[in-house]
Amino acid sequence: MLDLTYTAPTPKTIAGAKEDWELVIGLEVHAQVTSKAKLFSGASTKFGAEPNSNVAFVDSAMPGMLPVINEYCVEQAVRTGLGLKADINLYSAFDRKNYFYPDLPQGYQISQLYHPIVGEGEILVEMGEGIARKVRVERIHLEQDAGKSIHDMDPNMSFVDLNRTGVALMEIVSRPDIRGPEEAAAYVSKLRQILRYLGTCDGNMQNGSMRADVNVSVCRPGDYERYQETQDFGHLGTRCEIKNMNSLRFIQAAIDYEARRQIAILEDGGSVVQETRLYDPDKNETRSMRSKEEAHDYRYFPDPDLLPLEIEQAWVDEIEASLPELPDAKKARFIADFGLSDYDASVLTADVESAHFFEVVAKGRDGKLAANWVINELFGRLKKDDLLITDSPVSAEQLGGIIALITKGDISGKIAKELFEIVYTEGGDPSDIVEARGMKQVTDTGAIEAAVDQIIADNPAQVEKAQQNPKLAGWFVGQVMKATGGKANPATVNALVKDKLGL
Amino acid sequence: MSIDKDTARRVAHLARIRVEEDALPALAEEFNAILGFIEQLNEVDIEGVEPMTSVTPMPLKRRADVVTDGGQQDKILKNAPDAREGFFAVPKVVE
Repeated sequence: MLDLTYTAPTPKTIAGAKEDWELVIGLEVHAQVTSKAKLFSGASTKFGAEPNSNVAFVDSAMPGMLPVINEYCVEQAVRTGLGLKADINLYSAFDRKNYFYPDLPQGYQISQLYHPIVGEGEILVEMGEGIARKVRVERIHLEQDAGKSIHDMDPNMSFVDLNRTGVALMEIVSRPDIRGPEEAAAYVSKLRQILRYLGTCDGNMQNGSMRADVNVSVCRPGDYERYQETQDFGHLGTRCEIKNMNSLRFIQAAIDYEARRQIAILEDGGSVVQETRLYDPDKNETRSMRSKEEAHDYRYFPDPDLLPLEIEQAWVDEIEASLPELPDAKKARFIADFGLSDYDASVLTADVESAHFFEVVAKGRDGKLAANWVINELFGRLKKDDLLITDSPVSAEQLGGIIALITKGDISGKIAKELFEIVYTEGGDPSDIVEARGMKQVTDTGAIEAAVDQIIADNPAQVEKAQQNPKLAGWFVGQVMKATGGKANPATVNALVKDKLGL
Repeated sequence: MSIDKDTARRVAHLARIRVEEDALPALAEEFNAILGFIEQLNEVDIEGVEPMTSVTPMPLKRRADVVTDGGQQDKILKNAPDAREGFFAVPKVVE
């Protein structure tokens, strides 16, 4: 059962010199589609290949070459739309967006301006327990990526690599529903999480698989609510678009800087000019990309090389039936089925691999105990070695085995940590290790009793002191634990010591 | 809509086609003639008529997600006026 009761977060307010201002943010996220071949050619999409080796003549725009659409890229876009609970358009079409740049040999990008493949959807962005922003997605369209220009290899020349040219991108456009820098970062990371669950984009921001254009404007308190009522953008301020951000930290810093810049202009009696800006992380400022302004006249028109893309509802249904369990549903299930806290469930469902690992560990065992072990011991240990869950030296089965031994009472929590370290560094079956190394907890009262008797007999002076001051009984417990190599069940020892000392 | 000399100059620039200043008025005239023809077409009542995207009724051809191309750096760079270390080398363009 999905429990989606939540309250909206408070919009971020920035105090200007004269009054308070609110932010209105919309994002266009470009997500590289996970596929083997490009959107319109049979060249590979593999990252990091020799320059210009993953290029077909279609990509280098040789005369006479015609694009043929990759069906799997279409499927991936549909899958993404379904994952964002969006409308799928059975009819979509491709348009040319015309501009000149050395890394765009065609002189136009094939995109979907007028008829995108995916329509309205939504993303629930959590901002803490019970607090979430529902961000509407306006559309998702398929388009070609451009090549890559490298400017620092030669003082007078730019070097161009067309390997990325023509790789499929999904442009995911949000409505201006985001109300602060932290929400913007949380939106991108939630979107990334969903795409990774769906397997439609690897979400690698460093390699540029996910990049965001951020639209920022400011308004006075109350204006946004008026916009919501009327959907009239006239109530909002003029926006600026910050291009090509590929780090969550920079997205936040850029929004904050840009909002303050706009506020300063407005409070000085000026007006914000709608333009494209670039964020410079070294200076922490945004600056105008004047050269882009003229290029904004893209002269879109339907691509005459491509017929409209018509897909069948049955195919969409088939894709929908194959969707994996998504983050929100998985998290809700972990809370309901395993009794996890909201926080633990969030941590464990952050990515599919962690969630799957946990489920194997927790299956048929104590969910909370399993969550503790996965999050605190395993994740902590992996972090120390800078390893991913997929590289974990301890398998889910092994960790499950350790937890089973704790639950059975075979080992104490303290011994379990030692055992975990052995399994982590040496490998092996936990219960075999416990047997072979005699790590089993002594629950046999006879053996513990003998140890208690021995200690009492050896230390008459301590016995006398303890009988006067019962707090000193702890000393006996410690001695017994030491004598049994930490393997005695602490609760049993405690009870026996008290009993024998007549406390 | 009427195209003047300035618009003609701008369109030529956007298309990166060099047009000499004295050729612009004639070009603007040609644009106007084309637009005039389109305006004439706009008079036709097309209420309820589906836009025709192809002369033959055929669906968009699709391809499977298989790598069938590439691995031809030499051929890709063959026509480049300048290429170095596997890259196209072009006059410096940087924002």
